[in-house]
Amino acid sequence: MNRRRFKDLIVQRIMFILCCFVISILFFIVMGLFYKASPILAIHSLRDLLFSSTWHPSKGNFGLGLFIVSTLWVTAIAIVIAIPLSLLTAIYLTEYAPKRMREVLKPLIDLLAGISPVIYGVWGIIAIVPLISDYVMPFFSERLTFFPFLSDNYTGYSALAGGIVLSVMVFPIIISVIHEVLETVPFEIREASLALGATKWETTRRVVLKKARPGIVAAFILGLTRAFGETMAVLMVAGCSLHGFPKSVFDTAYPLPALIANTYGEMMSIPLYDSAVLLAAFILLLMTTLFNMVAWGILLHIERKER
Amino acid sequence: MEAKSHIKVRNLNVYYGSAHILKDITIDIPEKKITAIIGPSGCGKTTLLKCFNRLIDLQDNVMLTGQVFVDDTDIFDNSTEVIQLRKKMGLLFQKPQILPMSIYDNVAYGPRIHGLKNNKKLSEIVQHYLQEVSLWEEVKDRLHDSAARLSVGQQQRLCLARGLANEPEIVLGDEPTYALDPISAEKIEKKFLELRKNYTIVLVTHILRQAKRLADYVVFLYLGNLIEQGPAEEVFSNPRDSKTQSYLSGQFITSA
Ligand SMILES: Nc1ncnc2c1ncn2[C@@H]1O[C@H](COP(=O)(O)OP(=O)(O)OP(=O)(O)O)[C@@H](O)[C@H]1O
Ligand SMILES: [Mg+2]
Repeated sequence: MNRRRFKDLIVQRIMFILCCFVISILFFIVMGLFYKASPILAIHSLRDLLFSSTWHPSKGNFGLGLFIVSTLWVTAIAIVIAIPLSLLTAIYLTEYAPKRMREVLKPLIDLLAGISPVIYGVWGIIAIVPLISDYVMPFFSERLTFFPFLSDNYTGYSALAGGIVLSVMVFPIIISVIHEVLETVPFEIREASLALGATKWETTRRVVLKKARPGIVAAFILGLTRAFGETMAVLMVAGCSLHGFPKSVFDTAYPLPALIANTYGEMMSIPLYDSAVLLAAFILLLMTTLFNMVAWGILLHIERKER
Repeated sequence: MEAKSHIKVRNLNVYYGSAHILKDITIDIPEKKITAIIGPSGCGKTTLLKCFNRLIDLQDNVMLTGQVFVDDTDIFDNSTEVIQLRKKMGLLFQKPQILPMSIYDNVAYGPRIHGLKNNKKLSEIVQHYLQEVSLWEEVKDRLHDSAARLSVGQQQRLCLARGLANEPEIVLGDEPTYALDPISAEKIEKKFLELRKNYTIVLVTHILRQAKRLADYVVFLYLGNLIEQGPAEEVFSNPRDSKTQSYLSGQFITSA
């Protein structure tokens, strides 16, 4: 009896220590970033750092605005593309696709989730960038000469390319999770709706999606949180130039993760350079956290309403 | 006095893959009567019920032969509108299947999908059918709360109201009192007796006493075969088949 109690206690302690360890890593990362970023905060005003788009480290200009806005652009484009497409795909897969088709498609989609970001980047360069520069951009630049489309960047390397590649990257995981969520909706409530004379689409829209809504929102959060920090693929297709704020989906974008990956380690001679880049990392962390908090807030709100 | 039959089943066979589930079933279900379908577990009662409103279509790998006529139209005919057929029938499940929405929206669901938009009319319908199933007094102050918060007995009455709001001609019940406490069960039974005036009722039940209390007409299935059907008094007091006799006397309840 005593030995069993002892084992129980030991296991409990070990797990507690491991848990503390994991949490302390997070704590030290945040503290470390902040500590390293503080020199620049002491010299430049936060307003300049956040809202200026002039990034000229050798002249002492460290405006991060361009990178922050780029991150928002690319993520927003990814969201706009990924949400409807992944939702509809998951619905088709769960509700409409014949069983055999589902059995083939599901593993394929899971496979897509495991492909390295570099491959997505290469695919973006080979397929998406030319598509934008040859077809999409000329089409829009003639017809829709207003806010999110007006641009003079004809290269195809753009926020749009970054957003598309990003959305395709987070696609599989979102589809996969939504599919699992939809499968948990009991067959009987579908039957109950159909038995009242509802069509399949009415049943899906009014009953299945309603029932699955918290899970679907959670799936989006999971996927889009990944989108925020994704570096490699975006870096390869978004252009990453320092031409001021992107004002159009066709302008080049230079998101925070790309800045960090591109420059960290090669700028030690310039004063405050590393401090500025680590501030960028800190801001990225904050943005991701903020996004998560808002998203989980929405989720909790939905869940509370449904109960 | 011979009643008109509302549902006619003619030589119906159902197969799941290679399993022969319903074997050459021929039944006449009389109009505006309660027909009880009895038989041991797994004999195909639910399957038969799901043929009537073609929910059976949802199953993979199912094959049907034979015919079912509702109001003299062949429901498996290609020209038959499944939606119209299903609208004609309200279905109650073993466990109440609440739609994930408010009490009000549950009852209004049927009328809404069939095109009713007028909010005043919808409210009248909701109130009327909730009164019809004696649920109105219990829920009138929280119509817009989630229906999932109701007790199981209330949920089953809500499901009945939801079905009736669709203005069906037929009410199908698949052991509708299965999950209910005796008092809730009694409420449902009483409701069925009242509904008999205006609706044709088909009731699957495991409870022989319930069948005796409610049924006008009895169908006994055993291992996918139709063993016996007839007016309730006859079947219960004077069963012709020996299998019916032993089932009614409580033997071979477990069957493979
Ligand atoms: N989707 C399915 N695929 C294969 N076999 C099935 C399927 N649904 C039901 N069956 C089989 O069909 C037979 C009849 O099932 P059914 O549900 O109609 O029985 P039941 O009489 O309603 O039983 P119970 O009284 O337990 O509800 C059973 O042997 C069951 O295993
Ligand atoms: Mg059954």
